[in-house]
Amino acid sequence: MAANKRLSLREKYQKFTRDLAWEPTYQKKSDIFPQTEFEGIHIHDWDKWEDPFRLTVDAYWKYQAEKERKLYSIIDAFSQNNGQLNVTDARYVNALKLFLTGVSPLEYAAHRGFAMAGRQFGGVGPQVSCQMQSIDELRHSQTQIHTISQYNKFFNGFHDWRHMHDRVWYLSVPKSFFDDAMSAGPFEFLTAISFSFEYVLTNLLFMPFMSGAAYNGDMATVTFGFSAQSDESRHMTLGLEVIKFMLEQDERNVPIIQKWIDKWFWRGYRLLSLVSMMMDYMLPKRVMSWKEAWEMYFEENGGALFEDLSRYGIRMPKYWDVSVKEKHRLSHEVWSIFYNYDHAAAFHSWLPDESEMEWLSAKYPDTFDKYYRPRFEYWRSLQQNGERWYNNTLPMLCQTCQIPMAFTEPDDPTQICYRSSEYNGDRYHFCSDGCKDIFDDEPEKYVQAWLPVHQIYQGNCGGASVPEVLEWYHLVDDQDNKEYLESPDRANWLRWKGLSDAEADREVKAAVNE
Amino acid sequence: MANNNVFIALQNNEEARPIIEAIEQDNSEARVEYAPAMVKIDAPGRLVVRRETVEGLIGRDWDPQELHINLISLSGNVDEDDDEIVLRRGN
Repeated sequence: MAANKRLSLREKYQKFTRDLAWEPTYQKKSDIFPQTEFEGIHIHDWDKWEDPFRLTVDAYWKYQAEKERKLYSIIDAFSQNNGQLNVTDARYVNALKLFLTGVSPLEYAAHRGFAMAGRQFGGVGPQVSCQMQSIDELRHSQTQIHTISQYNKFFNGFHDWRHMHDRVWYLSVPKSFFDDAMSAGPFEFLTAISFSFEYVLTNLLFMPFMSGAAYNGDMATVTFGFSAQSDESRHMTLGLEVIKFMLEQDERNVPIIQKWIDKWFWRGYRLLSLVSMMMDYMLPKRVMSWKEAWEMYFEENGGALFEDLSRYGIRMPKYWDVSVKEKHRLSHEVWSIFYNYDHAAAFHSWLPDESEMEWLSAKYPDTFDKYYRPRFEYWRSLQQNGERWYNNTLPMLCQTCQIPMAFTEPDDPTQICYRSSEYNGDRYHFCSDGCKDIFDDEPEKYVQAWLPVHQIYQGNCGGASVPEVLEWYHLVDDQDNKEYLESPDRANWLRWKGLSDAEADREVKAAVNE
Repeated sequence: MANNNVFIALQNNEEARPIIEAIEQDNSEARVEYAPAMVKIDAPGRLVVRRETVEGLIGRDWDPQELHINLISLSGNVDEDDDEIVLRRGN
């Protein structure tokens, strides 16, 4: 095509996207798109949908191919050079185990979810955006599996991640989060995933965590992380556009969207509590604390976003103030849960060493020394006496987020927060007002939750004892689970690095990136 | 607490460096922060990435959509055309 005939970006977007649509003649639109009305969202003009990046399919393939080429050349270099030996410490690898079992299957779920949602929208703009995102998400799950497979050759716990995702107790937290979104209608799905999760919250996962991977020498994860994140920027933009589009279409949409934002903010925030623990405890070299990340990406940046949306009548998500109160304790409470129940987990836990405790004290001056250091020191004394503490009583789980009920009262970090509701003669339990509200709004949905602890007690998970459940999880006892210090992973690491055990006892300095 | 900033985050690599430099030239109030492997650039209210400035720095044609390759994250309302990508906060 001659240069002077080149289409402008706007014209090209018009031709390659909007002009692909047609009006059906022999079928009713409501029969073709049967799910567009039941959620109560009113759409008058699909053409008002804006894709600000104006990405067309030809450009999409061109740039995605380039991203893949870059990624795969690094994956090759990583495996050829035994990159797994260059990470700061084998403890770090446990964050990847959690990532592969907890996050990568969600990428695949997102691939399915966006294919389904895109099929249900009556406008070509969102159809094309959802189609591209669906392909992106498939790419993310594939590249993550491919990259992390290198670690599977050297470390335990990576071997059957897809099986574990459906069975292991804490993995029901991410799994049920996505199942909840996918079993909603298409508009709620987009509000949940594109807006509340991707736009408002995923920066918390990908930015500090991937930067943390870089800081800990994990070239492979940095690369797939940033490669995925480059798509994520487009998804985030879609998330904001879908919200603005729905809000501008009809004022009756506003209260519905606010309710979804309230729900999915809280659902996503609870899910991210796993990330808080990765950031504060699982990265041997830390980039920033959970508290700092929450301040930067939610309080400052999210605050600006909701100020932007206030002209549509949208306010900050309900209970955002609770998340701010919890930032001083979230990661410590969650890491403690895993320390308690690590004999049934697919990764190792450990107590922070003294230099790491100092870092935590500095980052959490109001809470760490007061509440958590004494607990860790007590556990360390047990461990030194050969009585490493594992909790053999299964915890009560929150009916909504499915996390063990170990979170504390918003205004009292020493008191466990319990809430409950009655429905059809049964009592259901919650970790927070946020989770209780979500249940109370749709109890008929959440009473169906597959709660791992209930399922174990009902005999649906291989048996009633820990060894039987581990077998059902496809976990090998004393190999994939329990304390890091006693793990084969650590023994192997010392051998590969030529470190004696005495050398290994030397404290690793927790690096502080100021 | 809440501010009025928009931001863009890019990988800290050879391709992104001239883009970062262009952003610094075109947005006098931008604040550039380096973290391991990435760069986050905040600006009050509005941030622009201009094709012409990037082309001047790299000495070849540059399509603003190439930004996607090294983009990590952004915040703000996006508007893209052939000459620039703009991030802004609403009024």
